[in-house]
Amino acid sequence: MDYDAVVIGGGPAGLGAAIEAKKNGLSRVLIIERDVEPGGILQQCIHNGFGLHIFKEELTGPEYAQRYIDMAKEDNIDIMLDTIVTSISKDRKIKAMNSSGIVSISAGAIVLAMGCRERTRGAIAIPGDRPAGIFTAGTAQRYINIEGYMVGKKVIILGSGDIGMIMARRIVLEGGEVIAVIARSSFAKGLTRNVVQCLDHYNIPLLLNHNIIEIKGKERVESVVIAETDAKKEVIKGTEKEYECDTVLLSVGLIPENELSRLAGIEIDRKTGGPVVNESMETSVPGIFACGNVVHVHDLVDFVTEESMRAGANAARFVKGEIKTESEYMYTSVSGGLTYCVPHRLRYSAMLEKLDLFLRVDKVYPDSWIVIRDSEKELARFRHKNLTPGEMIKQTVKKSVFENAAGNIEIKLETEGLV
Amino acid sequence: MYDIAIIGAGVTGAAIARELSKYDFRIIVLDRENDISCGTSKANSAIIHAGYDAEENTLMAKLNVEGNAMFDRLCEELDVPFRRNGSLVVAFDDEQLVHIKKLMQRGINNGVPALSILSQEELLKREPALNPEAKGALLAESAGIIDPMLLTISMMESAVKNGVHYRLNFDIESIKNKGGVYILESGGDEIEAKYVINAAGVFADKVHNMAAKPSFKIKPRRGQYFLLDKIDGNIVNSVVFPCPTKMGKGTLVTPTVHTNLLIGPSSDDLDDPEDLSTTDELLEKARIGAKLLVPKLTTRNSIRTFAGMRAEPDAGDFIIREAEGAPGFFDAAGIKSPGLTAAPAVALYMVEIMKKSGIAFTAKKNFNPLVKRKLFIDMSESAQSALIRGNPLYGRIICRCENITEGDIVDSIRRSPGATTVDGVKRRCRAGMGRCQGGFCGPRVQEIISRELNKPLEEVVLEKKHSYILTGKTK
Repeated sequence: MDYDAVVIGGGPAGLGAAIEAKKNGLSRVLIIERDVEPGGILQQCIHNGFGLHIFKEELTGPEYAQRYIDMAKEDNIDIMLDTIVTSISKDRKIKAMNSSGIVSISAGAIVLAMGCRERTRGAIAIPGDRPAGIFTAGTAQRYINIEGYMVGKKVIILGSGDIGMIMARRIVLEGGEVIAVIARSSFAKGLTRNVVQCLDHYNIPLLLNHNIIEIKGKERVESVVIAETDAKKEVIKGTEKEYECDTVLLSVGLIPENELSRLAGIEIDRKTGGPVVNESMETSVPGIFACGNVVHVHDLVDFVTEESMRAGANAARFVKGEIKTESEYMYTSVSGGLTYCVPHRLRYSAMLEKLDLFLRVDKVYPDSWIVIRDSEKELARFRHKNLTPGEMIKQTVKKSVFENAAGNIEIKLETEGLV
Repeated sequence: MYDIAIIGAGVTGAAIARELSKYDFRIIVLDRENDISCGTSKANSAIIHAGYDAEENTLMAKLNVEGNAMFDRLCEELDVPFRRNGSLVVAFDDEQLVHIKKLMQRGINNGVPALSILSQEELLKREPALNPEAKGALLAESAGIIDPMLLTISMMESAVKNGVHYRLNFDIESIKNKGGVYILESGGDEIEAKYVINAAGVFADKVHNMAAKPSFKIKPRRGQYFLLDKIDGNIVNSVVFPCPTKMGKGTLVTPTVHTNLLIGPSSDDLDDPEDLSTTDELLEKARIGAKLLVPKLTTRNSIRTFAGMRAEPDAGDFIIREAEGAPGFFDAAGIKSPGLTAAPAVALYMVEIMKKSGIAFTAKKNFNPLVKRKLFIDMSESAQSALIRGNPLYGRIICRCENITEGDIVDSIRRSPGATTVDGVKRRCRAGMGRCQGGFCGPRVQEIISRELNKPLEEVVLEKKHSYILTGKTK
């Protein structure tokens, strides 16, 4: 089987990439999706708030997904469902399997759009017993929204990520009790709008600077011990309190799923957990592109879609031999409170008119400048108000800014002279 | 009435059951838990030890060395993953260099084959990630790694195939002897047997005392571990130990047979044999211990922390004998490390003791030693394609981390003893054993169990009898 482009993953990233690859002139485009329907994790996100940037309206997850599923259908994009990719290689050969058997596919370009998975209790090593009743927030969401079953009656949620807060509200709406959302940080990790709409409106306490220090229960969760933490996240002795509950939900971070990328020898950034990509969203292996949460964890699906459309368009340019590769790479680095930048490296010749830099900060900055420099001089600066770790920064920069750039690119957060 | 009742379906009970199933007896294995292999056999270091640790002339030393030698054939017969990757005891100073030489001599005295002392250069060549301050190590080439749960499950399956019965959730409350027949009682239910074998692990003293006068004590000694992602699975090639202390063999670092990395165990004595909680303090100790051996090691890629309980006998050695004053009641107690290694030899030794006690053994003509269990992922591509053609469920991967198919999961439920719980499936075919720890596949495994066993989804539990996962339907 041969395709011009094969997209791995049929969530929002995969759909966006495939649609755009087709629009940009590729005739045979295939999406391989492991679930029985396309749409990815959006299908279980039945709350609204999706699409504000792209459609200027509030859609639910399934509604947002359906718009792209319909577009993919109109564009005659092939989708293999209930199919899992077991390996990809540097020369863009794909092995996949489903209940009809094992297939090999050759692709002109590959777009990785496998998304991410949730960090688990094991990853953060919460001490105590190991009873039933401990779920990642996404697993609980699937049980409640897709399967129609409740996971517990009295719930404590660890982690102030978006899914955790959304699930807090969901459990209350289903008649359960949420004792508190516990955050190990001094700020909520998710979007501010979720703190307001999911917690404040439902009188669910958000305990900042706290942690779960023990889970008790031989068979099912019976209680948890919570304590305050200091600036170093160490437990403050004497603040321990035990709460009776039957369920613990964890919303303690997402990890890009790059097992396939590793098999293909693709370079992974330790900081983001995703592939190192260039201005075209191409990985370290030529012709293999990546987009969405497999590259870095986004908080808004709209940004995933935008990034994926770019990856899809560039996959088409690659297949058609249109990416201009003559310029040397400039590597991006961050400092002054920024934690990462995607893309990781840039070629001036291959850039389109505008370039989006995705950045995150390490804490709350009420007022700051994002300053872009080359090895000698400042190239551009942008004022930003209220930057928080929970909200990814999309900084659009004109190509012309990099026209005479020398050496590598440093992106720095400056607060000097600002209140 | 049964001829023999074996109490405990851990590795010791399973090994004995399989050995005895070669003979013409009516046998039943009883366990208090909801599944087999639920005690120490599911939470340990998963090592097949060489046999240099135990003091000379102990039962432990004898059965360790004899057991070790049996594993190649046993694992081939039972399709259990096992690899002799060798173990190292690392010395960091002159005193420890003296100690590992002593260990080597003890090993030689115990009959351990293929022991040698590695120089610093040889050691670092074999294990480049090791702390460069290491001065040398004792290498035991016969040591290896195994899946202890699959070993136990496959031995039980072999026993069941050869006619052994089993009963779960049978927590024995009393043992009586009426006219030379033992009556084992649990929740008003009784099972009668002419002979009883006590392989009750950390509860072996309690069970012994129901039938005979107290003669030993089992001290529960907890060990805590980190299991790391496969990304870190090749940091070391061998089982790496520090020099041992009184509390045990110390924190080891080893690849697992499924290519993860295992760090642990810590060690602390407890009163409650069921307290399998983990603690920050002791996990941290294990982490520091491991880092001493392999400085670049971090627990950043930890996928699970867990604790297991060692059944530490007060007399120090395994207790395998007919109980005094209770004819026909046999203890296989105090089976702490190297109990996993010793298990098949313990079973042979038990047969000897029973024969000596006058029990007549008649060999079966039709004993079948084989259990076939191969996962889809471990097969060749042509075999995989053929399997999918025959049963499309093998084309559906349910556990994405370990690549376990629906066919594998259904198989693990249909076998006997089959899985009835989510963790039971995990132990048998690794679905949920990977980096997402069942986050994706847990709900689907639950659905498959519900469908296969024809019981409501809410009634499918995680592990123990009351470890319910769901609390009802949504509004």
